[in-house]
Amino acid sequence: MNWAAALQLALKALWRNKTRAMLTALGVIIGVASVIAMVAIGSGAQQRIAEQLASMGTNTLVIRPGSVTRGGVRTGAGTTTSLTRADAEAIRDIPGVIAIAPTVRTGVQLRYRGTNWGTAIEGVTPDYISVKSWPLAEGEFFTEQHVISAAHVCVLGQTVARELFGLSNPIGETVVMKGMACQVLGVLSEKGATAWGSDQDDSVFAPLTTVQRKIMGVTHIDRVEVQTAGREATYQVMKDVTQLLRYRHRIQEEQADDFRIYNRAELAKTSEESAAVFTWLLGSIASVSLLVGGIGIMNIMLVSVTERTREIGIRMALGARRRDILWQFLLEAMLLSVAGGIIGIFLGLGGALGLAQFSNFPVSITPWSIILAFSFAGLVGVFFGMHPARKASRLQPIEALRYE
Amino acid sequence: MSAMQKQMQKEMPKQSPKEVINIQGLHKTYVLDGVQVHALRGIDLTLHQGEYLAIMGPSGSGKSTLMNIIGCLDVPDQGSYWLNGQDVTKMHSDALAQVRNRELGFVFQNFNLLARTSAVENVETPLIYAGVAKAERRRRAIDMLQRLGLAERLYHLPNQLSGGQQQRVAIARALVTRPSLLLADEPTGNMDSATSAELLTLLAKLNLEDGLTIALITHEADVAAKAQRKVTLIDGQLEHN
Repeated sequence: MNWAAALQLALKALWRNKTRAMLTALGVIIGVASVIAMVAIGSGAQQRIAEQLASMGTNTLVIRPGSVTRGGVRTGAGTTTSLTRADAEAIRDIPGVIAIAPTVRTGVQLRYRGTNWGTAIEGVTPDYISVKSWPLAEGEFFTEQHVISAAHVCVLGQTVARELFGLSNPIGETVVMKGMACQVLGVLSEKGATAWGSDQDDSVFAPLTTVQRKIMGVTHIDRVEVQTAGREATYQVMKDVTQLLRYRHRIQEEQADDFRIYNRAELAKTSEESAAVFTWLLGSIASVSLLVGGIGIMNIMLVSVTERTREIGIRMALGARRRDILWQFLLEAMLLSVAGGIIGIFLGLGGALGLAQFSNFPVSITPWSIILAFSFAGLVGVFFGMHPARKASRLQPIEALRYE
Repeated sequence: MSAMQKQMQKEMPKQSPKEVINIQGLHKTYVLDGVQVHALRGIDLTLHQGEYLAIMGPSGSGKSTLMNIIGCLDVPDQGSYWLNGQDVTKMHSDALAQVRNRELGFVFQNFNLLARTSAVENVETPLIYAGVAKAERRRRAIDMLQRLGLAERLYHLPNQLSGGQQQRVAIARALVTRPSLLLADEPTGNMDSATSAELLTLLAKLNLEDGLTIALITHEADVAAKAQRKVTLIDGQLEHN
């Protein structure tokens, strides 16, 4: 028997029981559709989390001065003045480091014409906006030249710009802080609050040297943000920074570090991993319904074999070999599951896209989920079709012919 | 000379009539509801090409068992059975399926047509298992149905046909593969006398005009009377009349 004839026989047999075939395939349709929709929802969430993490600048390390112990009194983190700009410049040379952003920070009262606003001022270098992935909304950022000359320039966060200037354009205007007039070069885009709730846009930025010398009168820095080449590089960079700073600060073998390194990559990794687990969880729950669909196929095929026992006997009398009978029933099961799989793919895609359209929930359709769901559906057909098909092919011709 | 006869002569060189069936010392025992039934007790039977044989016997005489063995649907416990020079008792299920497909045509008492399947598709079925291409299958099935006077009923389903018409579809299905032996198991059992007479005339005509070899099983003497040769099966043994 050739393939075309076998396929035709199987199609005809299914067509004779249209309603039953459709209901049987429905199990697979729902299974495949839910696998695809669930995985799309899961990976959508995964992608959104990844985007949010990227906007936080995930491949960064933050180095802050640690505590020191003087006469048995231990000070809190960030209270020493051990970290300097020279340390930051030395870190820049570690392999795997893309950029660094040393900062100092203090409170300041800003005045512009009749109004004033209390905010934080950060002394930073031009690399700051790239390390923080924080683009400008308008104007420009200050340059290395401004840092060298400790120029009286600044860039405003959105909140500060709004509070001082309202709707008018702040660029080129002069604000006064601690009796010093600073020219506004630009305004940063809106960054929003941090995960722990402080408004990042409520800051003003000036060259590091300007803040150090003219506002605070210090030489140390508060923190260094280090951008690394990637998540993998981060761990090596952490080790190298530790070694470097211990050497530069002349810390003895038995002494504790006088700085702390905070790794954001760790946080990112954890969130991304939990999102991936979430996707797998949704996918596996959906796979159970695919399995149930397969059992439905087996159930119906077993009924069908019993109902068609006499037909099987007649076919055997007319010259069908055992494998012809096997293939006939296996093909029917596979057609049901493959047709169910194809319809299920479209239904799952439609469902996922519909959800994205109407609920604003992020979905991401991944080719592998389609391939996986479809091949799983095919396997379900073979696996659950095999038992009934074997049962049919093993019937004895005379007994099958006598069956009432 | 009919087309079928020409075909047969082309395939078989002319010589003294060939042995289609050669059965020696056949025994068959089966267990029914825990009781051993010795259905066949040493059967010797030969059938030559072109013969029309009736196997008679009351119910329970073992004639269905003999028919099943001749039809390669069952295997004997003991004895030999050669069909067209092949020892079929040594064959496995695939080879037996092929023998049923190529050498034998079955006509059953209850017709055994595939339900909800048109006459022409029923007739095509054995050709599917013979690996005949689709267009050729259809052509041969239609041709055979036309020869049996069913040209107007090609696409009717079995339940839209009378008993006589159904049995003619069954005969068309049996003959479409050009078998060397037609096996008819009580073919007139479910028919009124007029239809029955019509069918017996058809079988006699196929035997006489086309040289078709026929083995027919019946318990009715008047049906057996139409055959050239008669044997009677009583308690698992043959009596040659």
